[in-house]
Amino acid sequence: MNSLESYLVISSILFSLGIFGIVTRRNAIAILMGIELILNSANINFVAFNRFGGMQKLDGHIFTIFVIVLAAAEAAVALAIIINLFKNAGSVDVDEANTLKG
Amino acid sequence: MGELVFLAIALLVIFTAFAVVMSSNLVHSAVALLFTLFGVAGLYIFLYADFLAATQIIVYVGGILVLIIFGVMLTNKIDTPSIASSSSNQVVGALVSLLLFAFQLGVIFKTDWHVGDGTVIEGTVRPIGLMLMTEYLLPFEVVSILLLGALIGAATLSRKD
Repeated sequence: MNSLESYLVISSILFSLGIFGIVTRRNAIAILMGIELILNSANINFVAFNRFGGMQKLDGHIFTIFVIVLAAAEAAVALAIIINLFKNAGSVDVDEANTLKG
Repeated sequence: MGELVFLAIALLVIFTAFAVVMSSNLVHSAVALLFTLFGVAGLYIFLYADFLAATQIIVYVGGILVLIIFGVMLTNKIDTPSIASSSSNQVVGALVSLLLFAFQLGVIFKTDWHVGDGTVIEGTVRPIGLMLMTEYLLPFEVVSILLLGALIGAATLSRKD
C-alpha cells in the first residue's frame, strides 16, 4: 500500500482533476484552484521519488520548496489580475474577457 | 493502522479534489481545496517530509487559500445567495482528462522504477537548511528576489489610482 506507485497514482488523479478544472471552469478563480491542484500533484511526485528512489540527500524537498514559493507568487499576481479584470469587465468569466479579440 | 490512515488520507485528497472541480458554488470549492491541501500535508508526513508538511500548511492553507477566498469575496456580490461558477465543455474536458489519466496509469505501472533500499532521512529541517545555504544558495536568492518582485507587482496592479 505505502509504495511509490500508490503515491504516483494519487498524484496523477490530482493532475487529471486539475486539468479537468482548468478546461471546464469559466470562472477565473476556479481555474486558479485547478492550477493549485496540478502544482500539488507535482510536489507529491518530487517528494515520493525522493523518499523511494534511494536518494542520499533531499533535493526533491528543495524542488518542492521552490515550487511552493512560485505558487505563492503566481497566486498573488493572478489574483491582482483577476481583481483588475473584475473592475474593468464586471465579471471574472474568462469567456467574456475578449476585449483584445479582433 | 498506518495503512488505514494512509488510505483515509488518500480518499480524502481524491474526493475533496473532485469537489473542488465539480462544485457549482465557488465557496464550497474553496473549502474543499482547504481539505485537499491538508490531505497533501498528511501525505508529506507519510513520506517523512516533516518540514514540507509544516510549510504546506503555513504557506498553502494559511496564505494562498486565504488569498483565493479573498478573491472570491472581492469578485462576487456578497448578497447573492450562492456564488455560482458555471462550467462548459464538460464532456470534452472529462474525455481529455480521462485519456491523460489512463496514459499516466500506463506509464506508472509499466515503468521499472529505480527503488532504493528504503533508507529514511529522519529530521529533514537541518539537511534542508544546510543545502539551501550551500548548494542551492543562488537559486534560493533568485527565487526570493522573484517573490519580492511578484508581490510588489501584485500590490501595484491592484491598488486604487
